[in-house]
Amino acid sequence: MRFLAAALALWAGSSLAEEVTTFQLDNGMDVVVIEDHRAPVVVHMLWYRAGSADEPVGSSGVAHYLEHLLFKATETVESGEFQRVVAENGGSDNAFTSYDYTGYFQRVAADRLPLMMQYEADRMNNLVLTEEDIRTELGVILEERNQRTENSPNALAREQMRAAQFLNHRYGVPIIGWKHEMEELDMQDALSFYDIYYSPNNAILVVAGDVEPDEVLALAEKYYGPLPAEPNLPERFRTQEPPQIAERRLIFEDPRVAQPYISRSYIAPERDEGAQEEAAALTYLADLLGGSPFTSALGIALQFETNTAVYAGAYYDGLNLDDGTFGLTVVPAEGVSLQDAEDAMDAAIAAFLEEGIDPARMEALRTQLKASEIYARDNVGGIARRYGAALTSGLTVDDVQAWPEILQAVTAEDVLAAAERVLDRDQSVTGWVIPSREVLQ
Amino acid sequence: MIRYVLAFALSLTAASAQAEIDIQEITSPGGIDAWLVEEDSIPFVAIEIIFDGGASLDDPAKRGATNLMMALLEEGSGDLDARGFQEAREALAASYGFSAYDDSVSVSAVFLTENRDEAAALLRDALVDPRFDDDAIERVRAQVQSMLRSDAQDPNSIASATFDAAAFGDHPYGSSLDGTAETVAAITRDDLIAAHTNALVQGRVYVGAAGDISADELGVLIDDLIGDLPMEGPDLPDRVEFGLEGGTTVVPYDTPQSVALFGHEGIERDDENFFAAYLLNEILGGSGLESRLMHEVREKRGLTYGVYSYLVPKDLSTMYLGQVASGNATIAEAIEVVRAEWAKMASEGVTAQELDAAKTYLTGAYPLRFDGNAEIAGILVGMQAQDLPTEYIAGRNDLVNAVTLEEVNQMAAELLDPDGLHFVVVGQPEGLE
Repeated sequence: MRFLAAALALWAGSSLAEEVTTFQLDNGMDVVVIEDHRAPVVVHMLWYRAGSADEPVGSSGVAHYLEHLLFKATETVESGEFQRVVAENGGSDNAFTSYDYTGYFQRVAADRLPLMMQYEADRMNNLVLTEEDIRTELGVILEERNQRTENSPNALAREQMRAAQFLNHRYGVPIIGWKHEMEELDMQDALSFYDIYYSPNNAILVVAGDVEPDEVLALAEKYYGPLPAEPNLPERFRTQEPPQIAERRLIFEDPRVAQPYISRSYIAPERDEGAQEEAAALTYLADLLGGSPFTSALGIALQFETNTAVYAGAYYDGLNLDDGTFGLTVVPAEGVSLQDAEDAMDAAIAAFLEEGIDPARMEALRTQLKASEIYARDNVGGIARRYGAALTSGLTVDDVQAWPEILQAVTAEDVLAAAERVLDRDQSVTGWVIPSREVLQ
Repeated sequence: MIRYVLAFALSLTAASAQAEIDIQEITSPGGIDAWLVEEDSIPFVAIEIIFDGGASLDDPAKRGATNLMMALLEEGSGDLDARGFQEAREALAASYGFSAYDDSVSVSAVFLTENRDEAAALLRDALVDPRFDDDAIERVRAQVQSMLRSDAQDPNSIASATFDAAAFGDHPYGSSLDGTAETVAAITRDDLIAAHTNALVQGRVYVGAAGDISADELGVLIDDLIGDLPMEGPDLPDRVEFGLEGGTTVVPYDTPQSVALFGHEGIERDDENFFAAYLLNEILGGSGLESRLMHEVREKRGLTYGVYSYLVPKDLSTMYLGQVASGNATIAEAIEVVRAEWAKMASEGVTAQELDAAKTYLTGAYPLRFDGNAEIAGILVGMQAQDLPTEYIAGRNDLVNAVTLEEVNQMAAELLDPDGLHFVVVGQPEGLE
């Protein structure tokens, strides 16, 4: 066991401190402890550096399928027992799968932490699946896809947009999987993903709440320490995007669409280890272009100065392992055509780049980002998710702790420079989502 | 108000020795009561305000007025138009939320300690002196109309609207508080002013606060915020009986997965046996432990991603509802399993083991709910709205644990009515009519 760092992250400009301690076990498992002693509660999270973008070609959805199957039996634990034990102890639990990670968490009274570790460590290695599990859980994930995607024209449209956005990267494949590939998933697909990726040297343990770092370390050593490292864990590599040199446009037609809209996405860089400045600038850009409808460039131009849209927004999230997207959405006002709305959106972006940024807006955003750090401290589970998501997306604890200050240092020039680089139509997809082509007449 | 009731019902379950919540009951200098949990480790405060009444006060011809009014409170007040108001709010990094429910309207706010007075003054203007500018009315009205169009094409919204209309007819509970395209189009500025006067009534207010503020400071702040609102409002609507009989209603809609909303009459929140019903539901279709419905429909048969049931004790009526979604080819089987489980529990009740597990879960989960200033403020205001004393928290565990197997099984026989269950199914279900 090596003691790596005991960091006390001081938040710039205040006396607030978020006490974070990190360790690494001998088997390569990373441990992050976040102290919050206000209530006798703990959040226990285990994150694997394996998400849908790590799946083998042709087996889309297997990371998420396996997440479901992890609630089945192990050599010593009955199917559903872990969940039942969590509930019988008054706790709550869940799991989640993303492009870059799969995570499991429980929220329980702080003195139940050893019990959670015992069960979580057990299911990292000892899963015993039956053909019955495989069959019924496949039905469940297909119904989940029905519920989240097939029954939602907006979700189907997003899927098509992402598939067009990523020419060569697995981010273009949906996390839940393409339906035809999900239907073919079997025991072997699930187990081969499990055997290689569910290993301590591919995992990050985040424990947050009313705990002492020394005690967490001792418990982690006891429960997770004996698990063997996976010697054949592959280097994490995904096929990368080639230069994107042609604008893509698509029309998604579905009679269930009640409200036509325009969606635009651009390929955009993510937060990188030791280099988060571009992502910080893009965070401001999303707010300045389409954060609040009342104060953002698109909101003012399309909803206040003209009656072009009932909604206009921009979004960006820099927490990915590889390049992600920067997005815009405009819902035209009644009687406004999609073409006119898109033209107005592009004109508003051009004007934003031309006119520069009001220093007062930059200052207001800095103030809000500062305040959001204060509000965030009320939710230790949210802080824990920050660390888990960052550490599975190629960032370090130092990067997480530096992020608020990097955000504070962003200038208007940084934002405009990032906008010039990212808002390139050759690297974009524009989707029109409509009930039928009649609306285009 | 389904979501609010549900959240509150969960928070009522039980107490434990671990819930060390010190509630101060205060009365402001102006005579307004409030509950406070003072906690100064993070420099902000969360405030929750509920006014009884809500969208059920709407004039039927102007259905949606209360909802539109609440949406317009952040669109300009005093000297500030909508953009001016939001610029001022953003500069303070405060956040305000305004919501309309069937039985109440609510205001949620968080203020940083460093600029609390300014943030409260801005919110005060929104509550007491909203402008209802014509351009803001038209902008927000268009947003509501857009949402109504989306709801009309959303299977879950279609199911709710169909179920509510059949269960409650002309009563406000029978229609969406958002209104219809016609009624929303008919709302005038005068209607909004009337809705404001009717809904934000000092005599019907409950206040909860948690965070970095003292009792004296909170008293002054509350008087500032709501001391100038009218004392009394119009009469509340009459009670209404749940009017839907057992059966199935299919609403044809071309989509791959059918959505089913089902239910029958429920039980009052202040019924002396409410906790027996609450435990019963936790076992049948709750979301904490693996429920019987979840076990049978999802785990054993793989027919759905989720199936749940929940008690809905509204102010003027009661429901016991559930929902399940499954592919068009399998929804009939899912519904058959739900009916069978409903009938089985009605006739055979629950086991002692199931009841013990539910009690352990509900009593253990309780202290975990007090996990943030906004959550605590919400619990405080909910308890007052239900007329519960502050000591309720400490004693509730015992009340849950005191429920006997006989009481739960008697409740099962009385409350669960498999033949009375009505299913509204939206989709292209095979084998259902």
